[in-house]
Amino acid sequence: MTTAVAATGRKPATMSQALNRALRDAMADDPAVHVLGEDVGTLGGVFRITDGLAKEFGEDRCTDTPLAEAGILGTAVGMAMYGLRPVVEMQFDAFAYPALEQLISHVSRMRNRTRGALPMPITVRIPYGGGIGGVEHHSDSSEALYMATPGLHVVTPATVADAYGLLRASIASDDPVIFLEPKRLYWAKADWEPDRPEEVPGVGTAVVRRRGTSATLITYGPSLPVCLEAAEAATAEGWDLEVVDLRSLVPLDEETVCASVRRTGRAVVVHEATGFGGPGGELAARITERCFHHLEAPVLRVTGFDIPYPPPMLEKHHLPGVDRVLDAVARLQWEADWTSSGTAPGSAAGTVPGTPGGVR
Amino acid sequence: MTVLEQPGAYRPTPPPAWQPRTDPMPLLPDAEPYRLLGTPAADTLDPELLRLLHGHLVRGRRYNTQATALTRQGRLAVYPSSTGQEACEVAAALALEDRDWLFPSYRDTLAAVTRGLDPVQALTLLRGDWHTGYDPHEHRVAPLATPLATQLPHAVGLAHAARLKGDDVVALAMVGDGGTSEGDFHEALNFAAVWRAPVVFLVQNNGFAISVPLSKQTAAPSLAHKAVGYGMPGRLVDGNDAPAVLDVLTEAVRRARSGGGPTLVEAVTYRLDAHTNADDATRYRSDAEVAAWRAHDPVELVERELVRRDLADGDGLAAVRETAERMAADLRERMNEDPELDPMELFDHVYARRTARLREQAELLRAELAAAGAADGSGRGTGEGTDR
Repeated sequence: MTTAVAATGRKPATMSQALNRALRDAMADDPAVHVLGEDVGTLGGVFRITDGLAKEFGEDRCTDTPLAEAGILGTAVGMAMYGLRPVVEMQFDAFAYPALEQLISHVSRMRNRTRGALPMPITVRIPYGGGIGGVEHHSDSSEALYMATPGLHVVTPATVADAYGLLRASIASDDPVIFLEPKRLYWAKADWEPDRPEEVPGVGTAVVRRRGTSATLITYGPSLPVCLEAAEAATAEGWDLEVVDLRSLVPLDEETVCASVRRTGRAVVVHEATGFGGPGGELAARITERCFHHLEAPVLRVTGFDIPYPPPMLEKHHLPGVDRVLDAVARLQWEADWTSSGTAPGSAAGTVPGTPGGVR
Repeated sequence: MTVLEQPGAYRPTPPPAWQPRTDPMPLLPDAEPYRLLGTPAADTLDPELLRLLHGHLVRGRRYNTQATALTRQGRLAVYPSSTGQEACEVAAALALEDRDWLFPSYRDTLAAVTRGLDPVQALTLLRGDWHTGYDPHEHRVAPLATPLATQLPHAVGLAHAARLKGDDVVALAMVGDGGTSEGDFHEALNFAAVWRAPVVFLVQNNGFAISVPLSKQTAAPSLAHKAVGYGMPGRLVDGNDAPAVLDVLTEAVRRARSGGGPTLVEAVTYRLDAHTNADDATRYRSDAEVAAWRAHDPVELVERELVRRDLADGDGLAAVRETAERMAADLRERMNEDPELDPMELFDHVYARRTARLREQAELLRAELAAAGAADGSGRGTGEGTDR
């Protein structure tokens, strides 16, 4: 990014700044937008995403609530019923769980229960994911819970520009949106002009972040930088990897995913959330249903282990990293495997016992 | 000798700034439930008010018996009766102005009907052809809430939003004694008090959460006492004394509307019927207990008062009953018609616009329905959803 900044003379912005700007612009554009949550007012949020909003718009627009997530989301439902457009902050991923009943039993289905009479234009912002050395209950990736709840949109940005554009689109949406903020990317910088934010397609559109021909890495949120780094490293081994950033898990942009997989014939889904019952399973199933005759290998998943999120000193073993992604790519039944039964390019280990691959 | 009794032991004292924020005394409920009927104050009750209450109560009782009968006939999937609780149901609706909002639980269809909702629409959830059979904006009645106490924070949020917009709207939220044990009850009352939201919480303490008696639900002196912990007043009222319930609720609504904040009202009443038609109340309460409450029937209490004060004669009472019968006959007739169902509507209103996945699944169902329609020659099952 240094080059880009030098070229434009602009100061790099962080994702947290872009999110803050998105909230500010949304509140300025629409008096119905109200921010509420724990510590979002005077403090500006524990991650400072709401910094300055209470001062600029008043505490009635950016409100420090009692410490009770079900109460926060439940009152947001009532506010939405009266025509407001609440943006709720859940302080951390695991602290959103007390609000699950309100989310599942009301927010997600109020439109449906009332035949469209009570839409729920609520955005629930949730910092999620690990890699920041957080102690217990501060690093969960629970997107599968939200994906499995009909009526919710589930969105997660991986870049500074998307953070702004997707949050604006989420707040403008007349449907409830779970807006998952990858907390380890909060301070990632990029060349981004706050006064001229680039256009970002609305909720439900994936994007190809890197063109390639050998295989497709499908990912989102905090795992995007991992996949891009893996793709760069893979070039040394002769693989030209395509990287798809989903941006939105619900609705899922299957067209972009399937178009990519049909081009490359191989796919690996990468995410921090646990693998069993996770988003990767849904993607693998859909790719298999829709692209079966284009596939050269089974769709593989590189995910967090099926364990409670580990303590911070052990999290590096849990999180999908570049090496684990490359190992999965190596297991995608490359021609070298079945012509010579030798090892795949770039993989000293070759096939892993108990997994598909090798001679076929 | 305890640690604190030891010489020179550290004695924690609050910093000087600490002080109780609210004097709890005015917040405490009375020791006895507030009553009007059977007290000297009853003589001062407006005859028109008594007649109004009586008409609603008689129709309310008839509505309950009719809905219960419809359940036995298979026209309703289930009916949680409010027989015995009609005073609370009627007073909750009458305490509100048109612009106010009512937040009922699943047992409170009578309150919604008293507020003007078509009984057929109110019973849609329980018939099972959709979840909410009415547009909540039309009569300002929120959807019937089945998950206990979850509608209470909605009432707080709506009332808070109305106040932010400068509207003098009050929300009245209804919950049962069992619901007071839920976390959402606590969170809603706390939010309401902190925000001074114009909300009235009406707890109908009908003695049982399905089978579990109040003694296993709480150790509090009364449910109204819970208000003190939130810094709002708690009021205890005889829930079968309709003028008393209406009086307490009207005062709480007035207080909320004038910026005085929320009130918790506990109405002590009794569920004369079982929890629902699927419940067997004889397993957890005695006939003698039920009989004692039947002698304190909310409909009869007002009727006796009308007679005592010579405000109604036999003809007048018969006319009221006739009105109730007509309402019941109309409800019966309309509920005996099969509701029109459009299976394709299943995919409507999930999102503002159908997702690709939902479009795909709608096509699957459409094809199934078309095949079934072709097979039985009915041609049915080609219904179109309304939003795509």
